[in-house]
Amino acid sequence: MTASTSATPGSAKPRHNLLYDPKVRGILFQVALILGLIFLFWEIAHNVAINLARLNVASGFGFLESRAGFDMAQTLIPYTNDSTYGRAILTGFLNTLLVAVVGIVLATIVGFLVGIAQLSPNWLLRQVTRVYIELFRNVPLLVSLLFWYKGVLAVLPAPRQGYELGFGMILSNRGLSVPRGIAGDLFWLTPLAFALGAAALVGIARWNRQRQLATGQRIGMLLPSLGLLLGLPLVVFLLTGAPLSFEYPELKGFNFAGGTTIIPELLALELGLVIYTSAFIAETVRAGIQAISKGQSEAAFALGLRPGVTTRLVIVPQAMRVIIPPLTSQYLNLTKNSSLALAIGYPDLVAVAGTVLNQSGQALEVIGIVMLTYLTLSLLTSAFMNWFNARVALVER
Amino acid sequence: MSDIGTSYVRQQMAPPAPAPSSAVGATAWLRQNLFSSPLNTALTLVSALFIAWVVPPLLSFLVFDAVWTGENREACIVPEAGACWAFVKAKFSQFMYGRYPIEERWRVDLTGILLVAGLVPLAIPQVPYKRQNAIFTLAVFPVLAFILLYGGVFGLPTVETSLWGGLMLTLVIAIVGIATSLPLGVLLALGRRSQLPIIKTVSVVFIEFWRGVPLITVLFMASVMLPLFLPAGVNFDKLLRALIGVSLFSSAYMAEVVRGGLQAIPKGQYEAAMAVGLGYWQSMRLVILPQALKIVIPGIVNTLIGLFKDTSLVLIIGLFDLLAIVQSNFTDTNWAGPTTPITGYIFAASVFWIFCYGMSMYSRYMERRLDTGHRK
Repeated sequence: MTASTSATPGSAKPRHNLLYDPKVRGILFQVALILGLIFLFWEIAHNVAINLARLNVASGFGFLESRAGFDMAQTLIPYTNDSTYGRAILTGFLNTLLVAVVGIVLATIVGFLVGIAQLSPNWLLRQVTRVYIELFRNVPLLVSLLFWYKGVLAVLPAPRQGYELGFGMILSNRGLSVPRGIAGDLFWLTPLAFALGAAALVGIARWNRQRQLATGQRIGMLLPSLGLLLGLPLVVFLLTGAPLSFEYPELKGFNFAGGTTIIPELLALELGLVIYTSAFIAETVRAGIQAISKGQSEAAFALGLRPGVTTRLVIVPQAMRVIIPPLTSQYLNLTKNSSLALAIGYPDLVAVAGTVLNQSGQALEVIGIVMLTYLTLSLLTSAFMNWFNARVALVER
Repeated sequence: MSDIGTSYVRQQMAPPAPAPSSAVGATAWLRQNLFSSPLNTALTLVSALFIAWVVPPLLSFLVFDAVWTGENREACIVPEAGACWAFVKAKFSQFMYGRYPIEERWRVDLTGILLVAGLVPLAIPQVPYKRQNAIFTLAVFPVLAFILLYGGVFGLPTVETSLWGGLMLTLVIAIVGIATSLPLGVLLALGRRSQLPIIKTVSVVFIEFWRGVPLITVLFMASVMLPLFLPAGVNFDKLLRALIGVSLFSSAYMAEVVRGGLQAIPKGQYEAAMAVGLGYWQSMRLVILPQALKIVIPGIVNTLIGLFKDTSLVLIIGLFDLLAIVQSNFTDTNWAGPTTPITGYIFAASVFWIFCYGMSMYSRYMERRLDTGHRK
C-alpha cells in the first residue's frame, strides 16, 4: 500500500521521449516511407534513362503511327498489315472485349445452372455438378486452354470430314463454321420493333407497379412481355416480307467459303474460360443461396406466397445481394484471364502488344498501355460494383 | 370389478411394426433422392444419360484403349489407340526434374524429402514440437534448399537455374511465392487498415494496381522492364525475376483476403488489446492477427491454390515448368503422334489437380478444426 502511494506528483510527470509518442512515430514512419519511395522511383527513372540511351531506344508514343506489318487471324474492324501499331493495338483490344463479353454471358448461364443444380434434391445431379466443379476449378486455366486448343481442336478432322452439327454448322480443324445472316432491305425495322416493344414493356411494368402500390391489384406480365418482345418483331418481320436470308458455309478447295468461321483459337479460349469461370460462379451462386436462412422461405410460405413467387420475390433478391460482389470479381478475373490468349495465338490485346513490343522494342510504352487498359477496365468494374452494391445493400437504421 | 377391466388390457407392449418398405432401405433412398417428383425423375434420367454419354468413352480412352508400354511413337500411332501413357512413362523423370543434370538429381530428391519432413509434422495438429518444426521449415529449410538445389558450396557443383525445370520448378516457384506473399500480404493488409494516411494510400495504390492487371503482363514486366529499371550491368536471373513478379502479384490478393479477416474482428478486441497496454505490433501479433487469420483460412488457401495454378504461366516468359516441359516434349520426333499432346496435357492437369485438391481438402479439415467460435 505504502509503496504504491509513495509516488509524489512530481515523479508521475510523463517522460518526454518523442520516440515513444505514437503521433510522432507515425509521422516519422510516413516520412521515411515517402523518402524511400521517392528514392526508389528516382533511381528507377535514372536507370531507365541511362539504359534507354545506351540501347538507343527513343521513348515516346510516336511508334504508334508506324506501319505494323503483321496480320491478325481475327479482326473486328478493318485492319491490314499496312495499318499502324496504334490500330493493331485497338484491334487487339476489341478482340479482348469480344472474348470477355461472350465469355461473361456464357459463364454466367452455365455457372448459375450448375450452382442451382448443386442445391437440387436430386442426388445424382448433385454428384455430377460436384465433379464438374472440383475437376475444373483445380486445373490451371492455361493447361485447360492448351488442352482444348492443341489436344482437342487441333486434331479434329479437316473441313472435308468435319462434323455437321445441324443448322448448317460444321466443326473442323478450321474452327466452327456457322451460317451468316444477310439482312434484306427493310430488315432494320425488325430490331426497331423489338426496341420499341422493350421500351413499351418497361413503361407498362412501371405503370403496373404503381397501380399495385396504389390499389393492390396487378395484371399478369407474361402475355404482354411475350407479345411485345417476340410477337411485335415477328409481325413486323413477316409484314416486311421476311427480309433475312442465310449464307451457308460451303467447301471450296480445302477451306470453307461463305458463312462465318469462328477461329479455333477463339473457340478454345471461350471453352477454357467459360468452363473454368463457370465452376467458380457455380460455387458463388450456391454459397449465396445457402446464405439465405430457411426462415425467409418459411415466412414467405406462411404469408401464403407460392414457391415460384417466394423464389422470385424473397430468395433471389436477398441471394443476389450476397452473390453480386464475388460475381463481379469473377467477371474481372475472366477478363484478365483472357490475356492467356497469348499462349494459343489468339490476337487479343496482350498477344498483339507482345508482337508490337518485339517489333518496335518500345517495352515501357507498350506494357504501360496494356497495364493501363486493364487497370481502367478493372477500376471501372469496381466502381460499377460499388455503385450497384450501395443500391442493393440492406438499408439498416 | 377390477380384474374384469384388466383382463382386456394387453400385458406386454405390442412389438413395433416394421417401417413400410417405402420408408427404409434402398427403395426409400432412391425415392427420396432420385424419383421424388416428375421433375426429379427427369433430372435423374438426364444425369444418367449424361454419365452414360461421357464416362464410357473417357474410360476407354484413358484406361482400356490406352497404350501403357512401348519404346517409341510406333506403339501409340496404332488406329483407335487411346491415351499414350508410354510417352509419360518414358519422359517421367524429365517431367519431374526438367533438364537438371541426371547425376545431381539426388539433391532435388533430398530437398523434397526435407520439405516433406518439415511440412508433414507441421500440418498434422497432433504432432508436438511445433515451434522447433516451424523454425526448421521456415528458416533453416529455405537456406538448405537453396544450397542443395543451386550448389556452388561444400563441393556441390553449381546447377544454373536455367537447367531447373519440371514439377520441381513449379514447386520452387509456388513455395517461394507462398512464403513471400503471406507475410507481405499481412503487412499490406495492416497498411490498408492503418490510421496513417500516407501508409494507407501507398498500400491501397499498391494493392489495386497489382490486382487490376493480369499476371501475364506482370511477368512480361518482370522479364522485359525489370532489366531497364536496374543500373546497367546488373542483371539477375530469369527465375528470380519471375519469382518477384509472382510474389508481388499474389501478395496483393493475399492482402485483400487478410483485410477481410481484420474487418471481421469486432472493435472491442482492438480496444481490449489497447486497454491491457499492448502496443500496436503486440496487439496485432497476439490478439488481432491470430483471430483474423483463422477466419480467413479458406480465403488464404484459395489464394494459394490460385498461386499454384498461376505458376504455369511462367512458360510464357520461357521458363520450363511442368507444363512447359511436357509441351516441349511433343516435338520429340520419337514420340510425336496424334494422342501425345492430349495425353501430356491430361498428365499435367492431373498433377496440378492433385496438389490443388489436396490443398483445398486440407483447408476444409483445418477450418473444421479451428472452428472454435460459438456459432449457432
